Amino acid sequence: MRNDPIDLRAKAHWVWRETLAVHRRAPETRLASSLSSIEIFVALYYGDVLRFTPSNPHDETRDRCIISKGHGSICMYPILADLGYFPMEELQHVCEAGSFLGGIPDPVIPGYETVNGSLGHGLGVATGMALGLKRKASDRSVFVVAGDGELHEGANWEAIMFAAQHKLDNLHLIVDDNRISMLGYTDDIVSHGALTTRLAAFGWDCLEVDGHDVFAVQAALQQQKAAAVGKPKALIARTLKGHGVPGLENAPLSHIINPKPELIDSLLEKPQ
Amino acid sequence: MSVKPLAMRDAFLERIWRAMAEDNTIFFTCADFGSPVLDKIRADFPDRFVNVGIAEQNLINVSAGLALEGYTVFAYAIAPFITMRCYEQVRVSLALLSEVRPMNVNLIGVGAGYSYVVSGPTHQCYEDITLMRALPNFQVLSPADHVTASAFFDTCVNSGGPKYLRFDAQVLPVIYENELPNTSKGFHVHRSGKEICLVATGYMLHTALKAADELVSEGLSVGVIDLFDLARFSASEFQDALTPYNGIVSLEEGFRGRGGLDSMLFEFISRQELTARMLNIGVEGAYHFELGMRTELHEKVGIGPQAVLGSVRAFAKSLSI
Repeated sequence: MRNDPIDLRAKAHWVWRETLAVHRRAPETRLASSLSSIEIFVALYYGDVLRFTPSNPHDETRDRCIISKGHGSICMYPILADLGYFPMEELQHVCEAGSFLGGIPDPVIPGYETVNGSLGHGLGVATGMALGLKRKASDRSVFVVAGDGELHEGANWEAIMFAAQHKLDNLHLIVDDNRISMLGYTDDIVSHGALTTRLAAFGWDCLEVDGHDVFAVQAALQQQKAAAVGKPKALIARTLKGHGVPGLENAPLSHIINPKPELIDSLLEKPQ
Repeated sequence: MSVKPLAMRDAFLERIWRAMAEDNTIFFTCADFGSPVLDKIRADFPDRFVNVGIAEQNLINVSAGLALEGYTVFAYAIAPFITMRCYEQVRVSLALLSEVRPMNVNLIGVGAGYSYVVSGPTHQCYEDITLMRALPNFQVLSPADHVTASAFFDTCVNSGGPKYLRFDAQVLPVIYENELPNTSKGFHVHRSGKEICLVATGYMLHTALKAADELVSEGLSVGVIDLFDLARFSASEFQDALTPYNGIVSLEEGFRGRGGLDSMLFEFISRQELTARMLNIGVEGAYHFELGMRTELHEKVGIGPQAVLGSVRAFAKSLSI
């Protein structure tokens, strides 16, 4: 929890620039899906939503944040460095031999709770953590950031049914709903239809928000965290894959497209 | 018989039930699978029992999450389903995650080998030793009677990390009537000999002990070892136990030649540079849909009492014993 007021919009822009810079140095990282989730993570970590202690990442009093869409969270590298989980200098060495910051984040990185490279596990593990916290009479919460494409994995729906059955209102699912998986628009592959309606039908308390309006994301998360609804909570964040990068933004194959280094340089040269 | 035979699961769950009264960090999860003793756990500890439904993938992930919150978790389901239905979850959320974070999750799989005799190959389990021993960080425990199963409870509570317990679904005769198996050593020598050593796990220990009686009466010098910890047995003591023999026979109620106990022993013998030759007894061929008594089914696939005797006699002859 931070006490000093932070300009969330400026912070989100800083993270966007740093994420581009990391990708410029380490093109093995997935850029487009890391740009759609920036405001979600900025709201969580800088917007008085999560409680955490960078010097003690597994502090019992933290809120748990499970980053299930592992590939699409390279934007967490600058955030965790900025918060003091590890030195900023490490950002210069992403994907290099000897670095702990890989192309897909692993729990050897301070601040990452679980294994995320394989999709569709975060929500189930988080559900177990939420149940455990309830049984320990803890008031801490568990947040899961997952992609909409990732929700094709059936194990998620086992967890979605289980969480509703057990009224896990300390469990938050944030869907980075960028509507694109590796080979195109999810609506053309296997559509989730109206995801909010679908999750509500499964017994979840749902909100929908513009996922690039960081203040709206913050407000929705704070509202949901404070609400005692007796249901697990989902925030569907409507986002754009490749947000802010011409040619990448909302392109169906953006997951596997790397923008040219010159384009990244020109974006980084623009005044902030 | 002084010790009344029990189902492995009932003996093991009885210990969990007793411990849950003293230790509120024990959590029991299941995938809609029961037992008479489980009814006591459900009734007495409703806050630390959860049935995830017919959903083994979620069983593993929920158990992993509970373990990350400090619980010692026992997860319970039918053997093929708690291993193969959710192998990706077992690999990622248990084998892999436990490399980085401390967690104690114990998978109880009921239905080793043919033990669900009339249920057919979906519910029978011939691949689990191969698959579970492929995962680093996993301890693989395969008891031959309920006494051994019950003794594994202490292993589960006292040592962290993920474990797989391979339980028979039937009530088997008691083998360890007068002494407890040494679970830290990982194996037990039931009979010492000089020529051929039968190394068995699970149900096949019963077949091996009977076969040894017969073979000894025919003049062979036969030893029998129960290998019940397939991942962390004491290598030096096991080597010492095998050293006297010219021939070593593996006996498992799982596919032969597909990475199970037989492969494990091959690798061990090769690594330790033992000179003994090997015979592997395991389920021959592919999947079988025939119904019958367990011993009859065993005969058809090469692991029944008569098949074992025939194979070992021929093996002895080939060794010029």
